Amino acid sequence: MTPENEIKSAHELRKIATEYYQNLDKASKDPRKNIAWCSSVGPAELLLAFDYNVYYPENHTAILGASRSANKYIPVAVAQGYSPEICSYLTSDIGAYIKKETGLKRAYGIEKVPKPDILIYNTNQCRDVQDWFKYYAKEFQVPILGINSPTFIDELSNTHVKTVEEQIKKISETLEKITDQSFERKKLELRLQLSLECSNKWNSVLETASSIPSPLTFFDGCIHMLPAVVLRGTEIAVEYYDKLEQELKLRIENGIAAVVEESFRCFWEGMPIWGKLRALSNQFSELKTCIVASTYCNSWIFSDFNPQEPFRSMAKAYTELFINRSESSKEKYLKKMMDKFSVDGMIYHNARTCPNNSNTNYGMPKRLQNQTGIPSLQIDADLNDLNVYSEEQTKTNIEAFIEQLAGI
Amino acid sequence: MSDNSLFAGIDIGSSFTKAILINAEKKVVGLSVVHSGINLRDAAYKALEESLSTEKKKNQVKNIVTTGFGRKNAHLEDFSISNITEISCSAKAAKYLYPKDDITIIDIGGQDTKIIKIKGGKRFSFKMNRKCAAGTGTFLEELALKLRIDLKELNHLGEQSRNPVKISSYCTVFAGTEILSRIREGAKVEDMVRGAFYSIVNRVIEIDSLDNRVVLTGGVIAHNPVIVNIFEELLGKSVSVPQSPQSFVALGAAIYANEGQNK
Repeated sequence: MTPENEIKSAHELRKIATEYYQNLDKASKDPRKNIAWCSSVGPAELLLAFDYNVYYPENHTAILGASRSANKYIPVAVAQGYSPEICSYLTSDIGAYIKKETGLKRAYGIEKVPKPDILIYNTNQCRDVQDWFKYYAKEFQVPILGINSPTFIDELSNTHVKTVEEQIKKISETLEKITDQSFERKKLELRLQLSLECSNKWNSVLETASSIPSPLTFFDGCIHMLPAVVLRGTEIAVEYYDKLEQELKLRIENGIAAVVEESFRCFWEGMPIWGKLRALSNQFSELKTCIVASTYCNSWIFSDFNPQEPFRSMAKAYTELFINRSESSKEKYLKKMMDKFSVDGMIYHNARTCPNNSNTNYGMPKRLQNQTGIPSLQIDADLNDLNVYSEEQTKTNIEAFIEQLAGI
Repeated sequence: MSDNSLFAGIDIGSSFTKAILINAEKKVVGLSVVHSGINLRDAAYKALEESLSTEKKKNQVKNIVTTGFGRKNAHLEDFSISNITEISCSAKAAKYLYPKDDITIIDIGGQDTKIIKIKGGKRFSFKMNRKCAAGTGTFLEELALKLRIDLKELNHLGEQSRNPVKISSYCTVFAGTEILSRIREGAKVEDMVRGAFYSIVNRVIEIDSLDNRVVLTGGVIAHNPVIVNIFEELLGKSVSVPQSPQSFVALGAAIYANEGQNK
């Protein structure tokens, strides 16, 4: 991205992110306020309805990845008995905690992560969040609550939804006891309404990339998704995406492309490689290739939130995530996305420590290539652990893939 | 008046730099292989110079395409030069040499192994070894080092073996330890060497399916033709080897240079 075509809303985003973390920092120092740690696709709206300030460890560890400091912390957690093969979000985050360091200091001038009063996870994305949060529950001696979601779902059934709905209701009852505060349905309805609006706006933002040329890239999406992750359920996120959508639509009207002379459009399947976001963004731009869409950024679209049915709709929205689905269900979704975004090529990131969010292990790339004729490339890397990333090989693979698309 | 223009392809690999010169009719008129060393520009220059004979002059070289690991490091002044990945160059050479066939190219180099597929005259897919030296020339270098034998002896030793030893480890370093254990248990050196060749072939076979006409290329094939027999045995079919397997990628680059391909 050049200064001429940079997304102007990024300045506003920086302000929002700083305020979010500073508010958390203040709350952690105020005995009247409570802080909940929540997994990124956990029941945040319920926590907000109980007036918790919500902190998301996954965003913190992504900051460690993006600042390329994760590899300083992973060995610290490994020395404590965590395998280097398990989630590097977990090992980076716990390693930083053991070293009494945080990515928030350099990014926002905050000395330490806010101390939790409660931890809540949902295994809809993986089992690692459970182990990750259990470590902190023991460290901080605070309650931990969890939703154990059904996984590998083909068609979402009433049984799946009911199982999760009951667990969320039970969490609500437990929160009443912990906070000594009655559950107020109106508050949850409001939070869900705001999350729904945020989700719909975020969806509209991502869909602008179906324009040719696209006004934004997957790499932009990884930055601008922050409000959808940490501020869903608030007006701040809705207002931000409203402005961002307007800016992107204006870019479309004025023919401003995220990638100058966009020649190829690719889809990114899997996690970002946080420490190489800029390098990869630059390489694809030089190759006149726009990564127009991804499964990752779309993971924070929860179209099924319904304030009229708060518990049931939360259960549905949080269980039908892409990551939680069967191979055939994922394939159907990917085919739809390839078509919607006029994709020339698929890029699959096989993240070494995140098998749950890597779809290269059971033959999917080859099957989809055979069905659609759209070629694919597999990149072997990781979300945070750059020790398993071979930069030269990856660069060559990407360049050769684009040459293939160009018919060279 | 005949066109005396020359076109060069220079493949700057991690171990060796290969140059091929072709004329306007795409006939190979010069070829060289030099060690890459650490100064890749010098290696490219030296390879180019060695590929030129006394009667062929530098000023006849109209276009150069560099490829391989060091393709962007060869800033050869006075030449029109561009770079294209070794994967595309390999496919280009295959399409030129075997124009009628659907092809699976297996290129085994010093640090990476590639499988490139061509269907209906178009590159269909490619895969490289993952971040690991198993199935590459480095595996053989490690073996030679552990057994204290010259790399050049490996092929001869491999041919003599009648009872190859199975090497289980994927990891080049751990395989080294395994080799020493087998030697201590009485295994013959030639059986260890042939076992190592089997190990390489088995790693390559895992990368992708090897259908249609299989073409073996790269330095490891050039220096160890015994591997060709092992491929044929394990695949149950005959495979093709071009005349200069180590310079196959450079040939593709030279053809691009001849056709004026630029990115």
